[in-house]
Amino acid sequence: MAAAESYPEGLRYNAEHDWASIEGDVATMGITWYAQDSLGELVHYEPPDVGATIAKDNSYGEVESVKAVSDLVSPLSGEVLEVNERVVSTPEVVNDDPYGEGWLVKIRLTDTGELAQLLDVDAYKRHLADL
Amino acid sequence: MKLIYEKSQAGRRAASLPLYDLPPADVPEALRRAEPPRLPELAEPELVRHFTELSTRTFGIDTGFYPLGSCTMKHNPRVNERVVQLPGFRDLHPLQEPDGAQGALELMWRLQRILAEVAGLPAVSLQPAAGSQGELTGLMLMRAYFADRGEERDTIVTADTAHGTNPASVTMAGYKLRKVGTDARGNLDLEDLRSKVDGRTAGLMLTNPSTLGLFDEHIVEVASIFHDAGALLYYDGANLNAVCGISRPGDMGFDIVHFNLHKTFSQPHGGGGPGGGPIAVRDRLEPFLPTPAIVREGDRFALDHERPKSIGKVRGFTGPFGVFVRAYAYIRMYGPGLREMSEAAVLNANYMLARLRDAYELPYDRLCMHEFVLSARALRREHGVSALDVAKRLMDYGFHPPTIYFPLVVPEALMIEPTETETKETLDAFVDAMLAIVREAAESPELLKEAPHDRPVRRLDEVLAAKRAVVRYGFDAHPDLAVESPAEPRQLEVQKGA
Amino acid sequence: MGFLSVTEQDREEMLATIGVSSVQELFADIPNAVRLDRRLDLEPALSEQELVAHLEELAGRNAGTGRELSFLGAGIYDHYVPAVVDAILSRGELLTAYTPYQPELSQGVLQAIFEYQTAICELTGMDVSNASGYDGATVAADACYVAKHVTGRSRVAIAEAVNPQVRQVVKTYAPGFGLEVVEVSHRGGATDPDEFRAAAEGAACAIFQQPNFFGCLEAGPDLATAARGAGALPVAHVDPVSLGLLEAPGNYGCAIAVGEGQGAGNHQSFGGPHYGFIAARSEYIRRMPGRIVGETLDAAGERGYVLTLQTREQHIRREKATSNITTNQTLLALAGLVHLSWLGPQGLRETGATCLALAEHAKASLAAAGFELVFPEQATFKEFAVRVGRPAAEAIRVARDRGVHPGYALGRDYPGLEDALLVCLTEKRTPADVELLVEALAP
Repeated sequence: MAAAESYPEGLRYNAEHDWASIEGDVATMGITWYAQDSLGELVHYEPPDVGATIAKDNSYGEVESVKAVSDLVSPLSGEVLEVNERVVSTPEVVNDDPYGEGWLVKIRLTDTGELAQLLDVDAYKRHLADL
Repeated sequence: MKLIYEKSQAGRRAASLPLYDLPPADVPEALRRAEPPRLPELAEPELVRHFTELSTRTFGIDTGFYPLGSCTMKHNPRVNERVVQLPGFRDLHPLQEPDGAQGALELMWRLQRILAEVAGLPAVSLQPAAGSQGELTGLMLMRAYFADRGEERDTIVTADTAHGTNPASVTMAGYKLRKVGTDARGNLDLEDLRSKVDGRTAGLMLTNPSTLGLFDEHIVEVASIFHDAGALLYYDGANLNAVCGISRPGDMGFDIVHFNLHKTFSQPHGGGGPGGGPIAVRDRLEPFLPTPAIVREGDRFALDHERPKSIGKVRGFTGPFGVFVRAYAYIRMYGPGLREMSEAAVLNANYMLARLRDAYELPYDRLCMHEFVLSARALRREHGVSALDVAKRLMDYGFHPPTIYFPLVVPEALMIEPTETETKETLDAFVDAMLAIVREAAESPELLKEAPHDRPVRRLDEVLAAKRAVVRYGFDAHPDLAVESPAEPRQLEVQKGA
Repeated sequence: MGFLSVTEQDREEMLATIGVSSVQELFADIPNAVRLDRRLDLEPALSEQELVAHLEELAGRNAGTGRELSFLGAGIYDHYVPAVVDAILSRGELLTAYTPYQPELSQGVLQAIFEYQTAICELTGMDVSNASGYDGATVAADACYVAKHVTGRSRVAIAEAVNPQVRQVVKTYAPGFGLEVVEVSHRGGATDPDEFRAAAEGAACAIFQQPNFFGCLEAGPDLATAARGAGALPVAHVDPVSLGLLEAPGNYGCAIAVGEGQGAGNHQSFGGPHYGFIAARSEYIRRMPGRIVGETLDAAGERGYVLTLQTREQHIRREKATSNITTNQTLLALAGLVHLSWLGPQGLRETGATCLALAEHAKASLAAAGFELVFPEQATFKEFAVRVGRPAAEAIRVARDRGVHPGYALGRDYPGLEDALLVCLTEKRTPADVELLVEALAP
């Protein structure tokens, strides 16, 4: 059952419709309600390897629906600590709960300075309005 | 309907094979097959019934109207099927000595001359097996040409209305892609185009008329922009049916052209293929064409393998010869009358457009060429029915739907190409159905949403197919998908054929 | 012209509805500078019977296997195509259908492709097959692209004993894929596993052919192990007709199996159209090029078939597609399915056994007549290389004057074999034909 449209206050966002939740130097990341709605029901998640290094604004994996494949564009740089295996086996969890159970990766940040470049929820909502 | 494997019974067999009195032989034990492959086991009567039943569950041009945009689903002449079976063609080995293949080589040479005349470009290779492969070959030619000149160019420009094959070919050829927008008239946006062409541009890939069915009014200027930058122009021949004998791609300024023999020149589509994607090029690109070339020496024909600048081979031998026989036969029955073929195609499309333009949204207010694009956006807004629903409902009226959701620049797109081989009555019946569907959308939308009603299957769950990925029969281990039954079918909204 | 229906009256009514007075007005958007101002310079239209006469004349100047006893193989084979294949392919619905993007109208084609995919998986011992590629050479190039995506490596190794046209096509595609190609020379008609392994170091895949171009049987399992040892994906290029006798590549460690399907169900037709097949282990399914049919359920819970995993393909994925292939070789692959269904597992085995027995008999007969086998120590399947004591081109000329085409001149592709022929025995040849071959090659 797909979630109702929402963009939580405490998260940071990028223009490519990814979100990040920061705790110390660890970021949990995923895709926003808008992204899962555009794709439709997800059928596949191609995650990065644990231990891999991912870079801000670069692709770290893919999600796939029946009608599209989308690169996951990382909002931040870091080392992959954990991958959400539940999404790998049941990708539609992302449609049901994009910010909770549908998280995609946890990384250890390598440059906390990058946080300043992310959008807050109001800036992201303005970005959506312009689309 | 059962799979052929579900009809198998151990010990049945259709084949009768010759037995010779020879010492038995086997392959070395280390290489021997341990378990036989589980191929079907049926005698001939059941084999014929199975495939006959499959054919009755398939809609072909022989069944009815098939207006898929940019596919050119014209009638496939039956005489082509007769001549392809002539033993001198059918049983000819491609490595036969040239003196034993003069008829085949001459046919190919003549087809090359014909295609050169239609394209307005002198040098031809028949080798590519399909339009996509023709595209890739054309891009490889560009690479070879610029490398030979010592010029470094790494980008190809395509239109945002391009077939998906264009960007895919660009990537496979190792080029980068730049997209150009479409203006309000449906032409390439010239200002956008000028900003995207520079000294690193290798070329343009374009189809003209475009997938919107519109002839680019500025094609001469488009060609100059690229030629002035030292770049080349590639013509995607998918829409050639509109302009045969009326305007030639070489005269429009294109340097490389591919033909789709399975669109313009009547090779049957066969459920997905085969096709043929020959290319015609300017003289200065001829040295790079695939090997071998078919050449004439007096009244003899031969294969020339000595081509030091050739890009190599994109396909085995000289290409799909059976497709050449059909295309050649088709063109020989028209001769210069190919012009009348295109005129009829454009007349049919404009007639349908005239009758439909008020009931559906027309994104570009112009006369069309051989195809046109409508939008079902208003139906979606007002009644919640989509282009997909319109397409499925058309099946209940006995028609194959048009292409939907393509080109991407038109929302809820319906791309309609009738071709020249349809009667006015058929066009009228289709238009009447499209108009009835507009009324149904308002009065009884569930008729559309639950369509089709009379086919062997209802709408199919494409999400389930992608998730479970059951892509072969598993015999005893075959999964039972009904064990996980979905609440309602989730299907692909973005579908196209081109 | 019998394909157009538009009459004068139709034209008038249609032009009136459109609101123009002539067909020429419909082309008003075409700038004058690019209009063709003359008729196309093509020969006048032929009537159907004139066309048939013309094509009969052209066909009559070709020496097909009906006219010349043929021992030509080298990648395209004169296997028997049963009448049911031609009969089923002439069903108008199958012949004239488009790609099955509207599944409710195409369950017949979709199910047939699903059955074909199953047959290819069974033959090759793999988990997933696509709905066909262009031919046996281009699917080898496809396999290289798959391997590059899977491994991230930019080199491929290929045995010299692989069909020369396959190698040439792979080399043509390689630059655009960003791939370097290294060849592994043959040793006495086969490929040495240690040399294969050395070449496979740092390679995305390593390709061998089984049986190879010389008809020799490679040490398939050893070559697969060698490739894996170097971290490369083992790719086997196989003959479908051999797979009733020979072990499936998926069962001895290969990652991908490719091949030319023509020998199973297609007429030779001067080289095409035919079908290439490509099949792989399940973990590579998302990298597979081309169309794939999958099983699903409809709204009423009934089983049905659809094109699936279309996000790999050009019409959705566009510049990130695994291949640009759209039109493929479905009808020819369908012929393959019919043919393999006609044979069944025992029929396939028997056909292979007959080819092998005839080839062994031919080798013995030629040896007895004083001809030297090029690779006498190698086990072979339906083809073998034999020296004819003079330039092969001359032997071919003399033999053809005697009504026999004795085989392919290997010197065209391999140095040192200018006096050698590649001789092929299919089940359409007989023991009596072998005697004719020996006589035709007599000096």
